[in-house]
Amino acid sequence: MAMAAENLMVQNPETSDHKMIARDVSVYYGEAQALKNVDLDIGRNEVTSLIGPSGCGKSTFLRCLNRMNDVIDGCRVVGDITLDGHDIYDTKLDVVQLRARVGMVFQKPNPFPKSIYDNIAYGPRIHGLGEAKSDTDEIVERSLTRAGLWKEVKDRLDKPGTGLSGGQQQRLCIARAIAVNPEVILMDEPCSALDPIATAKIEELIDELRQNFTIVIVTHSMQQAARVSQKTAFFHLGDLVECGDTQQLFTNPNDERTQGYITGRFG
Amino acid sequence: MTEMSASATQIQRPDLSGKRLKRRYAAEARFRLYGLIAVFAALGTLVLLLFSIISNGYTAFAQHHIALEVTFDEAEIDPTGERDPQVLRRANYQGIARSSLRNAFPEVTERRERRALTALMSGSADQTLRELVMANPDVIGTTQRVWVKASDELDSFMKGHISRDVPESDRRIKDRDIVWIDQLIAAGNIESQFNTTFFTAGDSREPEQAGIWGATVGSFLMLFVTLVLSFPIGVLSAIYLEEFAPKNRWTDLIEVNINNLAAVPSIVFGLLGLAVFLNFFGLPRSAPLVGGMVLALMTLPTIIIAARAALKAVPPSIREAALGVGASKLQAVTHHVLPLAMPGILTGTILGAAQALGETAPLLMIGMVAFIVDIPGGFTDSATALPVQIYLWADSPERAFVEKTSAAIMVLLAFLVVMNAVAVLLRKRFERRW
Repeated sequence: MAMAAENLMVQNPETSDHKMIARDVSVYYGEAQALKNVDLDIGRNEVTSLIGPSGCGKSTFLRCLNRMNDVIDGCRVVGDITLDGHDIYDTKLDVVQLRARVGMVFQKPNPFPKSIYDNIAYGPRIHGLGEAKSDTDEIVERSLTRAGLWKEVKDRLDKPGTGLSGGQQQRLCIARAIAVNPEVILMDEPCSALDPIATAKIEELIDELRQNFTIVIVTHSMQQAARVSQKTAFFHLGDLVECGDTQQLFTNPNDERTQGYITGRFG
Repeated sequence: MTEMSASATQIQRPDLSGKRLKRRYAAEARFRLYGLIAVFAALGTLVLLLFSIISNGYTAFAQHHIALEVTFDEAEIDPTGERDPQVLRRANYQGIARSSLRNAFPEVTERRERRALTALMSGSADQTLRELVMANPDVIGTTQRVWVKASDELDSFMKGHISRDVPESDRRIKDRDIVWIDQLIAAGNIESQFNTTFFTAGDSREPEQAGIWGATVGSFLMLFVTLVLSFPIGVLSAIYLEEFAPKNRWTDLIEVNINNLAAVPSIVFGLLGLAVFLNFFGLPRSAPLVGGMVLALMTLPTIIIAARAALKAVPPSIREAALGVGASKLQAVTHHVLPLAMPGILTGTILGAAQALGETAPLLMIGMVAFIVDIPGGFTDSATALPVQIYLWADSPERAFVEKTSAAIMVLLAFLVVMNAVAVLLRKRFERRW
């Protein structure tokens, strides 16, 4: 493990093109192996999309990246995953700090049943950002503006976040994730519960966020992957089948299975 | 493949004949009828229960009093004339009260008869007079019309619990008593007044002097101890088991045992209290402290189970959301999960407390079935509790305790109804949807 980590650090990790690097990652739920020896590089300030049929392990891989799998009983992760060259499964690493650096947006919008303001302010508060009220106000406004939600909710910041529409709730969750200024944002099918208009807004947002964040997105929609991402990884039955530039993967896939999936022959 | 094609040739369409339809409707109507019968049977029993309790007990809230023309003779009460409270307190008010009543019936001269006459008056008449004098010494030297409590037998007679038609030998109020009572009524000297004593006094051997306040205070001291112990312990165990503990054989074992504890008969907890708290630790007998500790043991499983259910009902997405923005596990629980689970936890706690408030059996074992006149002033004073008081009064031979028993049940039920209403309100008020 140490050897592998050293090999990964030939370049200066802070400036390397790859924000996160996964090597030989396997995940087991009890006896069942959900992910088999995956090697994947996540490009800095890029959108990487993970596609594949249901149960192929793409969400499992995503959840490895901020160790959300830790909370699942019986889940075991082997292999190396580094963030800026540091092993995130290092026992000395504080998982809470990791999750502050690698934020997450979930499939179903899950705002806290609190006010819109408190939803955004919660993260910064527990991480000691914006001690003063005015600082917090600024963070809330900036995050909501970046998530494209500020205009819609600025007059009702004290209303519960659960009262928003589905698309607004999901943008609220994105705003909540970027409020703590993470370096990487993981999105687990963020548009699966939304209508096409709300989806379009979120996709637009993802494209803007790319300037400042590294984004990994799991999606079931190949059109979405084609629209928002620069890199695409295709998973099938726990294997990473193919990974490359989105353009190239969709037009000229190397693997037969990828070809079959993107043309709709299975999946 | 051949089977499939064979079945395809003879497809069975659903039977839509009227006969089947009718049978289905009949079954549904029958089921609804059974349901209604069950509901009405349950409601009927409840109404019957409440009716019998209230019709038996409402009379206990009133008490008959006798008016006496009392001459507060200075020579008898305060011979020195200094109005020294010590002297005033020690005067012979019993004698004054008795002679006042006798004066109203000058024709009664025979010793036995005179004793029977004064027995119509409560033994507490002297206290009434003493309090009057102590509060206002100016009455000394005057003659006042004073209402004193009637005896429980006169009271029962006036309330119709003792009938005139019963042969004299079978009733406690004799014919000559009835003559005197009629005279008192004719003179307007018997009156029914609100029974404040019932709500302010402790227990007594004399029904007209017995009250529920001592037992109420005992019950609430006990409930306080119960909640102070069982709420934090129960909620912390639930949080640990639900949110932090690994799921393995040990936690399964603990869970099974907690569920079993909830089903243990309460008297067993009483035995445990007797053996451990009283005999081993030497804590005082009959004390709300020990009663509360025993009831806390009994309430704990209820609270743990309710709290775990409430925690489990909080959707995992909330935990993930909190963890996703970098909250620690403890922060996720205390900032998000616990506040959302609190209404459910409180509801469970209140229901557990209501159960504890109505519990008698474990208290029998630790000596709380005791005749205690004083209102308990602290957690280690001897005390009794509402359900135990009901048990004690139900066991008393005097007719007047029958209505007291029912009245005490009404007081206990009122507390239980209030607690359950609070639980329902909490649930309604803080119910959240996600």
